[in-house]
Amino acid sequence: MPAPSGGQSIQARHLTKQYGATRAVDDLSFDVSPGLVTGFIGPNGSGKTTTMRLILGLDAPTHGEVTIGGKRYRDLPAPLREVGALIDAKAVHPSRSAYHYLLGLAQSNGIAPARVDEVLGLVGMDAVASRRVGGFSLGMNQRLGIAAALLGDPPVLMFDEPLNGLDPEGIVWIRQLMRTLASEGRTVFVSSHLMNEMAVTADHLIVIGQGRLLRNEGVNEFVESSTRHRVLVRSPRLDQLTIELTRAGAQVRPGIEDSIEVTGMDSEAVGELAAARGLTLHELATQRASLEDAFMDLTRDSVEYRASRAAA
Amino acid sequence: MSADVLPVPLVAAGSAYRAAGFTDCLRSEWTKARTVPSTLWSLVAAAVLGVGLGALISALSAHQYATGTLRTRVLWDPTSISTAGLSIAQLAIGVLGVLLITSEYSTGAIRSSLAAVPRRGRVLAAKGVVIVALSFVVAVAITFAAFFLGQALISGDAPTAALSQPHVLRALVGCALYGSLIGLLGLALGTLLRHAAGAVTVLVALLYVLPGIALALPAYIGQNVEKFWPNQAGQQVTTVVRAAHTLPPWTGFGVFCLFVAIVIAAAFYALNRRDA
Repeated sequence: MPAPSGGQSIQARHLTKQYGATRAVDDLSFDVSPGLVTGFIGPNGSGKTTTMRLILGLDAPTHGEVTIGGKRYRDLPAPLREVGALIDAKAVHPSRSAYHYLLGLAQSNGIAPARVDEVLGLVGMDAVASRRVGGFSLGMNQRLGIAAALLGDPPVLMFDEPLNGLDPEGIVWIRQLMRTLASEGRTVFVSSHLMNEMAVTADHLIVIGQGRLLRNEGVNEFVESSTRHRVLVRSPRLDQLTIELTRAGAQVRPGIEDSIEVTGMDSEAVGELAAARGLTLHELATQRASLEDAFMDLTRDSVEYRASRAAA
Repeated sequence: MSADVLPVPLVAAGSAYRAAGFTDCLRSEWTKARTVPSTLWSLVAAAVLGVGLGALISALSAHQYATGTLRTRVLWDPTSISTAGLSIAQLAIGVLGVLLITSEYSTGAIRSSLAAVPRRGRVLAAKGVVIVALSFVVAVAITFAAFFLGQALISGDAPTAALSQPHVLRALVGCALYGSLIGLLGLALGTLLRHAAGAVTVLVALLYVLPGIALALPAYIGQNVEKFWPNQAGQQVTTVVRAAHTLPPWTGFGVFCLFVAIVIAAAFYALNRRDA
């Protein structure tokens, strides 16, 4: 991957974080490269936020380390000029104005106050700069958090679930912002639990489940390898058919009502197998799994709280 | 909206910038302290309690002197009578110190503060300078206002104090020093406990409840607790007339300083060690 000169990458090596008995992040190693939007995906509770907190030095790793441009975060001489991060948009004192919130941050890193007005303009908040943050909608808070991330004009940007609470217009805006930032050669690392959103925004995906790395590949490769075809079959002789299909090497799962879902074999092969064994079929249809389905399949085993468990 | 995105300046990768230092952090903490209303309200509460109660106590005490025993007259200390409101106002100052850090924990803003300044000790040190400076200035104002108002209100045969009398100026400056250490104590407790309610509870216990319990103990133990209890010892610097079973003014203040230093050191340690 051609990294623009001067770009800085995030490097995680065997990053592990244990909270009591819970291993929130488990031996994660990955690189986040400049010039790309890297999507960081996993179900809720899979360790995305913890990983970002480890990168920012807010939590100390149990094992392993993470560096930005080869340095540990806490060794950066003016961190906001190297890494801009949006972790929790609501984490702002409600009685303070948007301007003063940003001013306090800017001063801590020796950033000129003029830059505060600049980033407020950039996120379209100049008109509400003097209003108390407490009265803001979640969408406005997200914009304020993005303004804070941009304060130091940093080469590395991290956004934790930046799309939460945004209206469609805001989502388009963030998507374009992230693309623009990456096209300028910056490193853009953005987490989300929405696979479809990342598929259109990101160039590269890092997928985690229960704190473990599941995939680390380009979006196209991910789509290619993950979009498995399923064949839906209805038949009065499902039991027999299931045995035959399994023997032929296909995976069979019970489907809705009296159907089965077959993977690892296309519909032609299923149809011919059924004909050869003299098994009647009532329905035979190929179903293209969506990216969201692929993501769900991938992370199924690692989802901590499943709906079925709640129902039990 | 897309037009807004375009003016993002090109990445200034590798371009030189000044490393951030303590003064930057201090400037930031001062901005944070002055831009929330709770700071002003705590200081107004401290001023009203300090000056108002001092005036009230001064006005009522002349009668006490006239009808009092010899003991009352020997221990008559018009300076500390006029500044007696500080014993309540100190709570407002301590609460300000508590809020300076716990408001960041309750809102989650501590994370953006510590991401901006990952050298956490620097953040706490800057907050410490802000709270000590702020509470010293306010305590000086309260103390001198309460002193002059109080002396004017002590009437009848009761003697009043003047700045020219021995130890009076020392007692007034002592009040301000004591007040600013209370602010710092609040900050340290807030950092350790991370919740306003918990930190204020401990502060109240330290300043009022535990010394009160000491009075109920057998005299020998009680007197020693009273003598060495940090804020009781610290208050010796605020009085002109020294009561029995107390430390000398600056010795007592030294005991209090030592105590606050231990708590703030624990706060530094905890802030550096814990996940934010």
